[in-house]
Amino acid sequence: MSDETPVRLSIDGNEVEVPAGASVLDACNAAGVETPTLCYAENLTPVNACRVCVVEQEGARTLVPSCSRQAEDGMVIETDSDRVRHSRKMVLEFLGSGVDLSQAPDLERWGARYGARPDRYGSGAERIEEDIRIQDDLYIRDYDKCVLCYKCVEACGDDAQHTFAIAVAGRGFGARISTEFDTTLPDSACVYCGNCVAVCPTNALQFKTEFDLRQADRWKPEEQTVTRTVCSYCGVGCNLELHVQDETIVKVTSPHDHEVTSGHLCIKGRFGWQYVHGN
Amino acid sequence: MFCVDPRRTSSAKFADLWLGLTVGTDIALANAIGRHIIANGWHDQAFIDHSTTGFEAYRESVEPYTLEHASAITGVPASAIAELAEAYATAETAQILWTLGITEHHNAVDNVLALCNLALLTGHVGRWGSGLVPLRGQNNVQGGGDMGALPDRLPGFQDVADPDARARFEAVWGASIPPDPGIHLTLMFEAMATRDLRAVYCIGENPADSEADVAHARKLLADLDLLVVQDIFLTTTAELADVVFPASVGWAESEGTVTSSERRVQRVRAAVPPPGDARDDIDIIAALAERMGADWGRPTANELWDELRSLSPLHQGMSWERLESEGGLQWPCPSEDHPGSPFLHGWLWEDDLGGRSGAPFNVVVHEGPKEELTDEFPLRLTTGRALDSFNTGVQSGSLSSPIRYGETIDLSPADADRLGIVDGDRVLVSSVRGSIEMPARVQADLPTGLTFTTFHFPELVDVNLLTNDAWDKKSGTAEFKAASVRVERLPFERSTAQPGPAGG
Repeated sequence: MSDETPVRLSIDGNEVEVPAGASVLDACNAAGVETPTLCYAENLTPVNACRVCVVEQEGARTLVPSCSRQAEDGMVIETDSDRVRHSRKMVLEFLGSGVDLSQAPDLERWGARYGARPDRYGSGAERIEEDIRIQDDLYIRDYDKCVLCYKCVEACGDDAQHTFAIAVAGRGFGARISTEFDTTLPDSACVYCGNCVAVCPTNALQFKTEFDLRQADRWKPEEQTVTRTVCSYCGVGCNLELHVQDETIVKVTSPHDHEVTSGHLCIKGRFGWQYVHGN
Repeated sequence: MFCVDPRRTSSAKFADLWLGLTVGTDIALANAIGRHIIANGWHDQAFIDHSTTGFEAYRESVEPYTLEHASAITGVPASAIAELAEAYATAETAQILWTLGITEHHNAVDNVLALCNLALLTGHVGRWGSGLVPLRGQNNVQGGGDMGALPDRLPGFQDVADPDARARFEAVWGASIPPDPGIHLTLMFEAMATRDLRAVYCIGENPADSEADVAHARKLLADLDLLVVQDIFLTTTAELADVVFPASVGWAESEGTVTSSERRVQRVRAAVPPPGDARDDIDIIAALAERMGADWGRPTANELWDELRSLSPLHQGMSWERLESEGGLQWPCPSEDHPGSPFLHGWLWEDDLGGRSGAPFNVVVHEGPKEELTDEFPLRLTTGRALDSFNTGVQSGSLSSPIRYGETIDLSPADADRLGIVDGDRVLVSSVRGSIEMPARVQADLPTGLTFTTFHFPELVDVNLLTNDAWDKKSGTAEFKAASVRVERLPFERSTAQPGPAGG
């Protein structure tokens, strides 16, 4: 909580007021302007990896990432200028040219908004084509879908879990999110909290339950209900969102805005619900 | 962050300093910390004078616990005790968090009081960022106590011996309430042994796997005239029952509330229908009351909550609507315009102490575990939990966990070496109460002389056959954390169909 004076700034010509310390992205949200984000999550520290949220700040030489740029009094921000539209389009095209974004509906929607045509880079664009890593019953890794946004690394590291089981290995087109020595997950330091899966924006990390249903063409998000409840294990009081399809729990998430754990869970809360269905 | 634990756990590895004390020496350590703080003048004399009583007696009682003396008892270097004492006392804010390593001892309450003394000594209680934090092991163990599932309490911690409190409940419940306290779980088993207790209605608990000295507990349960079990699974306890009521899952198939460690009341909600004949706990209890001649109707969780609010001042302000819209409220919350209380003992800092007398220091002395190590049983066994499992495994057993290693007896490298045991060897673990077979796991994180196991897989390894049911007369908790055992390597089991040397 800050007792500092709020700051006032202009977003696309509209004056908005946000608390001191808020980001330009917060100000855009306050102004009702939707901003594409990819590597940003409200429960993680911004890492400025993807640049899809850039905006134009009057007087600044370069476009600024709205997720990490702190709002200042008197700032004049344009979110829909030609420069911004062009830059966002390029980011979305580059990502789409090398990565399978078919399970990232937000990205596809933004791509359409900015006229992104990833296919114009042709078949020569470097793509990851690797086998899906299925090493246990809890979650899978499909690097064809990974945009290297680092959210999973942050969630595994000092933004949430402090396990540091994964990091980026390699450079350029060879860069991958990897465990130590690229060992299998069960042999790594991973503690299976699934906090990485929860923040993944493209389904490169995917709960096994969802993966299996998708493989069987039975994943139907539009038919799912989401019910908020409290984890049945320890006394911390983590909130759970139970995603239910055909009277069966198919996925567990946790609300980012909940003050107890800000959306983060442990292996029992995230995956320990099978007994509800009698196993 | 300092971590005090006999084992070098993952929390210990995360900590700035690990104090690997000998099992059952918590009071010696705490008293030495207290003594060192006083000796250096780091205590908060103004807070002590204003908000506490009994300081002089406490100061005298910790006098024998010099760093050297405590170091000899606990096995923790004197310098580490001194470092912790200084850091804790001189920190702007500091919390002491603990769980069953403190409370599963024969002197559990004394262990807790030893920690409370440190908070009173330094003023690290009742203000933002400081406090005493017992971490609850279950999602609603706090709520159970809050709702009166204690032998001497009515809901909202009201004393059953208080005639005014009883009268308020009697007026709403339309029945008289006995003024005498009931008995807690441990005493119930003693009452079963004397046949004073002959019928038990057990809801959502699996004592036939979880009790210390479990063979004894199972016999007592089996010898009851009547055992009724209400649970979501046919647990070991349910298998002993005369009648089983299949219940719905509290947090996924029922409406209601649970209360977390920090006294936060939150809503649980039904997301899926219960299977088969399983019914909501409220529904089962109301139906049972009906068969016994009391018409309670079929109250909803919301209606029961409103009844509680009308009787418990701590919960008065927590309307169902507020629990929905605010996501959770911490008691005390006496009125609907009250925001709830993130910490409990702020009154210690008020000029008039909220009209109360000061918080007492309690003199406690080091005793050590009930069961001493002997030539016959020379190793200490302490039990605990693994990250991916929960208690007797009723809930977590079906989780297909990639990091589960099963049930093992963990040994230090030095003990394993001395006993000729390597990873994976089958061993026989014996205490004075019984013997079990299990695989061994050599763990560098264990000090010499200490063994460790979980008790998550009772169908595979009946660990509580070994544990000591000596219990704390103040809390009723058994000493799961300190039994004396012997570990012996079993002869190799040779397969009869070994491949022959000629490739046969």
